[in-house]
Amino acid sequence: MTSISFANQVLQVLAGALLLISFAMLAERRSRRLVILLVCQGAVLFVSTALVAATAHLTHLFYSAALTLILKVGVLPWILLRLLRQLGIERDNEPLLNLPTLMLVGIGLVIFAFGLAQPVSALATTVLRRTLGIALAVILLAFLMILARRKAFTQVIGFLALENGLFFAATSTTYGMPMVVELGIALDVLVGVFIFGVFFFHIREQFDSLDLRHLESLKED
Amino acid sequence: MMAMSYAWQVGECLLAIALAPLFVGWVTQCRAWLQNRSAPVLWQPYRVLRKLFHKDAALATHASWLFRGAPYAVFATMVVAAAIVPSITTDLPLARVADAIALVGLFATGRVIIALAAMDIGTAFGSLGARREMMIGFLTEPALLMVLFNAFLMFGSTALPTIVANTLTQPHIVLHASLAFAGVAFVMVLLAENARLPIDNPSTHLELTMIHEAMVLEYSACHLALIEWASWLKLFNYACIGFALFVPWGIALQDASPWGFGLAIVMLGVKLVVAGAALALLETVSAKLRLFRAPEFLTMAFLLAVLGLLVHLLLEV
Repeated sequence: MTSISFANQVLQVLAGALLLISFAMLAERRSRRLVILLVCQGAVLFVSTALVAATAHLTHLFYSAALTLILKVGVLPWILLRLLRQLGIERDNEPLLNLPTLMLVGIGLVIFAFGLAQPVSALATTVLRRTLGIALAVILLAFLMILARRKAFTQVIGFLALENGLFFAATSTTYGMPMVVELGIALDVLVGVFIFGVFFFHIREQFDSLDLRHLESLKED
Repeated sequence: MMAMSYAWQVGECLLAIALAPLFVGWVTQCRAWLQNRSAPVLWQPYRVLRKLFHKDAALATHASWLFRGAPYAVFATMVVAAAIVPSITTDLPLARVADAIALVGLFATGRVIIALAAMDIGTAFGSLGARREMMIGFLTEPALLMVLFNAFLMFGSTALPTIVANTLTQPHIVLHASLAFAGVAFVMVLLAENARLPIDNPSTHLELTMIHEAMVLEYSACHLALIEWASWLKLFNYACIGFALFVPWGIALQDASPWGFGLAIVMLGVKLVVAGAALALLETVSAKLRLFRAPEFLTMAFLLAVLGLLVHLLLEV
């Protein structure tokens, strides 16, 4: 605790902010604010990646930080907000569980993730190895968000938050993935969001809503 | 030396009592500016106090001694709380007697007294307000304790002056991720405890929503003045607890020179101005929550504080 550098402290605070945003996402009811939270998460991710790149003198991490900035703070939210406008959905994102219960489950997941990460992070050598637990917690919370929401749009946001968590895990344990893999993932996510957009319109055309409960019932009834 | 620290103890109390209405006046003014209304003057709370103290108190027929004594008791608890919180100096003789947990207990005592007095008259509003207040209190106290536990764990002490002194004597500024969580939780607790938006609206008398105002509806004149003053002192105390935990820079240490004390007072003023503006901004951008959403809000605060503890154990041990 005594001998960690200032950059490292900033990184830890940023990791904390990431976790905080994950919980805010879990509690948020409005779709538009969810997108804004996703932008915040992307921005924190960009700053932390750039900081890791600067402290560890790794050029390829700078590229992936720039990619994060363009994709997660710029393009994806823009597409999502445009989809929101076109679909005309604004609120009504009641979670399946009530909020305090959901939060308690979330805390349980965080404890689980922290416990899980402890032996793994003991083996890593990077400056951020201790934040692996937070990255895992962000991933699990994103899963929880996907599970606990009914609307297709919110689940897509959860998917993107999941990807953010994975990215953070990669930066914190191994200084990021190889550039080819990272580019591939970025492209995948971008295309994924486009396809999800098309799906939204199809689902709505079929059922007049984005509520996924309608997918559970069979056609002939 | 001993005499000096006692003098500062009394001085700090008096300063808190004197500054609390000014702080509330500043928050009200900022809110008015942010909402494009013409603002009342900064010393409007003092005028309110003077007006109320000049009136004759009206008492309900069935009012007991509890009702009459409650304003004095509540005011006294808040003054004692102000004596424990290190707002200017850490050299407080009284603060050695009571730590931060006792401070939470003091706030709880004030709350219980005012709730009992509200039920004493037997009007519907009084008991409605009292019940709501107790519900909010039962949710905020664990959250506040968890926030304090964060600081206790970090600095190994339950006394606020020691926490402040330990932070200030560190050779360089250390950023703590867990304190960020605790800070957010603390702001949420502050809003709920002091009957501010989004839990309660301090500037309305709409019967369906009010909590604090419903409790004090039966009070008039000097009783009302004392209760209002006590609630302003409570806000001031909470602000000072926040400063002590999260931004203690400027508070004079044990062996500070007179200049150090002067600087401490100036810094306190600066912090209060910034905090008041931030509070007004927060209140302006947030809408009043339905009463049944209040547990959600406060569970959030509690869990954030718990997360702070977990993050502390993961990252900083």
